[in-house]
Amino acid sequence: MSDHVLAEIKNLHTYFYLAEGVVRAVDGVDLTIKAGRTLGIVGESGCGKSITALSLMQLVPSPGKIKEGEITYYQTIHKTESASTSNVIEITKLKPNSRAMRAIRGNQISMVFQEPMAAMLPVRTVGAQIMEAIMLHQQVNKAEARERAIDILARAKLPNADRIVDTYPFQLSGGMRQRAVIAMALSCNPNLLIADEPTTALDVTTEAQILDLMRELQQQYNMAIMYITHNLGVIAEMAQEVAVMYMGKIVEQTDVASIFRNPLHPYTQALLRSIPQLDDVMARAGQKKRLETIRGMVPDPYSVLPGCSFHPRCPQFMEGVCNEVEPAVIEVEPGHIVRCHLYASRTTKARAN
Amino acid sequence: MTEQTNIHSASQMQAQPPLLEVKALKKYFPIQRGFFKRVVGHVKAVDGVDFYVNEGETLGLVGESGCGKTTTGRCILKAIAPSSGEVWFQDPQIGRINVAELEHEQLIQVRRNMRMIFQDPYASLNPRMTLLEIVGAPLRAMNIAQGKELEDRVAEMLRRVGLRPEYMRRYPHAFSGGQRQRIGLARALAPNPKFLVCDEPVSALDVSVQAQILNLLQELQEEMGLTYLFVAHDLSVVAHISERVAVMYVGKMVEMATTHELFMAPKHPYTEALMSAIPRPDPTPREKRILLTGEVANPANPPSGCYFHPRCRYVKDICKTEEPAFEEISPGHFVKCHRAAELNLSGVRNLA
Amino acid sequence: MSKKTLQKKQLGRKTRRQIPEGQEEEFYRAGQWQLVWWKFRRHKLAQIAMVVLGILYFIAIFAEFVSPHDPLHRFKDYLSFPPTAIHIRDAEGRFHTPFVYGMKMGRDPNTFRPIYEENSSIIYPIGLFVRGDPYKLWGLIPSDVHLFGVGGGDEAMPLFLMGTDTIGRDVLSRIFYGARISLSVGLIGVAISFVLGLLLGGISGFFGGVVDEIIQRVIEVITTLPTIPLFMALAAALPREWPQLRIYFATTLILSILGWTGLARTVRGRLLSMREEDFVLAARLDGESEAAIIARYMIPGFLSYIIVSLTGSLPGMILGETSLSFLGIGLNPPTISWGVMLQDAQDIMNVAHYPWILWPVPVVVLAVLMFNFLGDGLRDAADPYVS
Repeated sequence: MSDHVLAEIKNLHTYFYLAEGVVRAVDGVDLTIKAGRTLGIVGESGCGKSITALSLMQLVPSPGKIKEGEITYYQTIHKTESASTSNVIEITKLKPNSRAMRAIRGNQISMVFQEPMAAMLPVRTVGAQIMEAIMLHQQVNKAEARERAIDILARAKLPNADRIVDTYPFQLSGGMRQRAVIAMALSCNPNLLIADEPTTALDVTTEAQILDLMRELQQQYNMAIMYITHNLGVIAEMAQEVAVMYMGKIVEQTDVASIFRNPLHPYTQALLRSIPQLDDVMARAGQKKRLETIRGMVPDPYSVLPGCSFHPRCPQFMEGVCNEVEPAVIEVEPGHIVRCHLYASRTTKARAN
Repeated sequence: MTEQTNIHSASQMQAQPPLLEVKALKKYFPIQRGFFKRVVGHVKAVDGVDFYVNEGETLGLVGESGCGKTTTGRCILKAIAPSSGEVWFQDPQIGRINVAELEHEQLIQVRRNMRMIFQDPYASLNPRMTLLEIVGAPLRAMNIAQGKELEDRVAEMLRRVGLRPEYMRRYPHAFSGGQRQRIGLARALAPNPKFLVCDEPVSALDVSVQAQILNLLQELQEEMGLTYLFVAHDLSVVAHISERVAVMYVGKMVEMATTHELFMAPKHPYTEALMSAIPRPDPTPREKRILLTGEVANPANPPSGCYFHPRCRYVKDICKTEEPAFEEISPGHFVKCHRAAELNLSGVRNLA
Repeated sequence: MSKKTLQKKQLGRKTRRQIPEGQEEEFYRAGQWQLVWWKFRRHKLAQIAMVVLGILYFIAIFAEFVSPHDPLHRFKDYLSFPPTAIHIRDAEGRFHTPFVYGMKMGRDPNTFRPIYEENSSIIYPIGLFVRGDPYKLWGLIPSDVHLFGVGGGDEAMPLFLMGTDTIGRDVLSRIFYGARISLSVGLIGVAISFVLGLLLGGISGFFGGVVDEIIQRVIEVITTLPTIPLFMALAAALPREWPQLRIYFATTLILSILGWTGLARTVRGRLLSMREEDFVLAARLDGESEAAIIARYMIPGFLSYIIVSLTGSLPGMILGETSLSFLGIGLNPPTISWGVMLQDAQDIMNVAHYPWILWPVPVVVLAVLMFNFLGDGLRDAADPYVS
């Protein structure tokens, strides 16, 4: 399909107002999600990647609030086979529990979490839960909904879908549960699937199966995927576009090849060097080597650092610049943006933050 | 030396015997039912495992969750009493002994030299004790040091793992996950051990912190002459830190070789599937990966023959009926597969 | 990283923020109880409850001194006397320190009920540390000084802030003395439950197996028995001729029979889960003895839970005493307790004409509520390490 924009996040700020202080979980994020494509969001725990996704669904848990920013969703309505119009929905203007928001959630955008059990009720069968989602958003009767549930389970490569439909979640293994959750998420043909670390709790072989399944289903359903993970390996396999987050901000964003071949932000570079690379290990053939590390640790989430939030850990720290001036978003090459003072001179198109 | 089994053949029968040698280790957990706790079956968590660890090296132990790798690690220290099997340890003070048979005093004695670090940096430290009490616990309980001497040693240990000795009076809640893992490491190293079972020591940590801890482990290994059994599920990490790697599947050891050999030229179909499944931080498209079908076997009710046969692409009739032996097919390379000699399996491709 | 670890990590940071800047080191070096206290301090309602309970227990302890009268003193001229009105302005409109008027008792010509009239010509100021009925504080220190009252000897109008009962005893003083019994029944009952619960729960959790199985079944049987009939049956079995003190202890014992089961379960559950904790395994590998593991690693880990559980069972004990005594199968006169006082309220005519004899009810409600609030606060603060 075309590269048309499905959702747009502009200048999103989601803050958590706690008794102890304000946590700026998401602090000025811009993202564009294109139909049928996969956007990977990568970062360490607490960088705001999950909260960005929850903001998109208007599911930010209390005491969190979307403080600022716009989230726009472009809904395509097929009037006839050929003609279709686009319906612009301002998600940030909808009330989290409004009918309009609920119509988007699950139907247009759905979500898969790390813990499959968290998304399922343990006391109801897998089929009943999928059927409920189908009947909530589509005008079908029970028999039809059941048929669709079996169909979708089969598409999620669950063996004996007609039997699985009547099992309870606890009767399934971890990998099968995650398949069932994916099936449930896909039951209403969403245009966007948000996957928040869906394979982190799984073993590598199962992970490979699930990733494969998600890619296949993406093709079938032509949906966009927003894939959130801390695992750079998984990002390399799944994403076409990658955004690297650090302390609530996107520090670098570009296509997947550039992020791995030509990382620009010192954080991205350090992150890539700090993970053991198999090719490298094999090339050393038994010789031991130290990994490169990022000094220090992620700061306290309550802290607001002046200048660039990565400056205390940055190997290319520039005194008087990085710790004072907040770096602007710089488009170093077309489609490759970075938030770093190092590239201030190489800018082709700088825009103030 | 005791009788020879196929596990330690000529290849590694050098002047020095291995520091640790595990033979036919089994741990069955009973499944109980009803009021009188009638035993109705067993979960065969570890079902006949053989391996050895040479002095000064790191042996990676990999496998999927529930394959028994953690239980194996715990049986070695007799943290869980094994159901059967032998765990021979070359103790620098006592000499070569079977840990599985030890009790009380002797066990405490040998545990000075065999220590353990845990996966969860939060659950493994008592939140109600200061660092001094935590790191000093083995020194005090094993009668190694007390009073001022104990404090000095704790300070020394904290310095070694990269923490400031002034932190001694603090409680664990003052520290982040990575720092807590360092505290756990200081506790393990306090009695100056020879051997460390590292049970997924970095899998709960963030990427950048993970690298710090892995480096620290390597540094300490060189400084203190440590030997590691590194239990983990992240194959890239295991490849990075281990000289040799052993692979477990449903309570059994299926393959053991040097890291390079195991990753580049695996001999067991399960290892091949594992290698193929590793997510690699490299966007180059690669050849179609091998996807395993079906589910991991239930250790309470494993299949006949080779446990892997229902999922194996190379299955033959013999695999369904006869359990293959864990044999050395080339020097230092052990495989448990009927077809190990004839199959030509692919490992991770070397792109460098 | 797993979600659980993440939550714990965030919580750690969150707790860290409860302390002002510059005092981090103090926080880092704070032990379990310090953290519990810091967390508890954020629970306003619980703190209020703690103050109120402190006052109640102060009153109970110094009942002789804070009561304006001897609780057994019958004021024959003031039977069923309504709560005395306190004035600060006299008939001529002049202001005074708080005072009461003198009273004249008459009788209703039809019902012969006593009727009291204020005599606005006589003013009795209310004073602090006035002399009144002689008493021995805790049966030891003789004195006749009371915290407050109307001075001026026997002729003066006595102060009855909550009125008197049908035989002329001061309700307020009786409530103060009653607090002694009613509030201590809970404490002693809880102490007994504590010992039973800890012992049986500990045995159950530590040894497991058949012993555990038996104890658990016994607990199940006890908890299925309906409370009030069980209490009644047990209380009815107490010999009437026993001295009051022994009845009192027997009653608390009966009350604690139900109390221990919950605690035993808590203890057992905590023990079982703690045995599986990584840090307990680590301690074992450190060479710690089994006794040291229990004493140094496990008990500190669930002590706070036990305190919470105990606070939670106190209101039940207080209510239990009150209802048993009200029904006449717990304590009986001349012992003074809130339940005993309410025996007077069994006669509906008494309640209708002299509603002030119901004063023990709001006091019981207050005590129970305060214990519940305190329990809530403690529960939130009990484990400062997890959410």
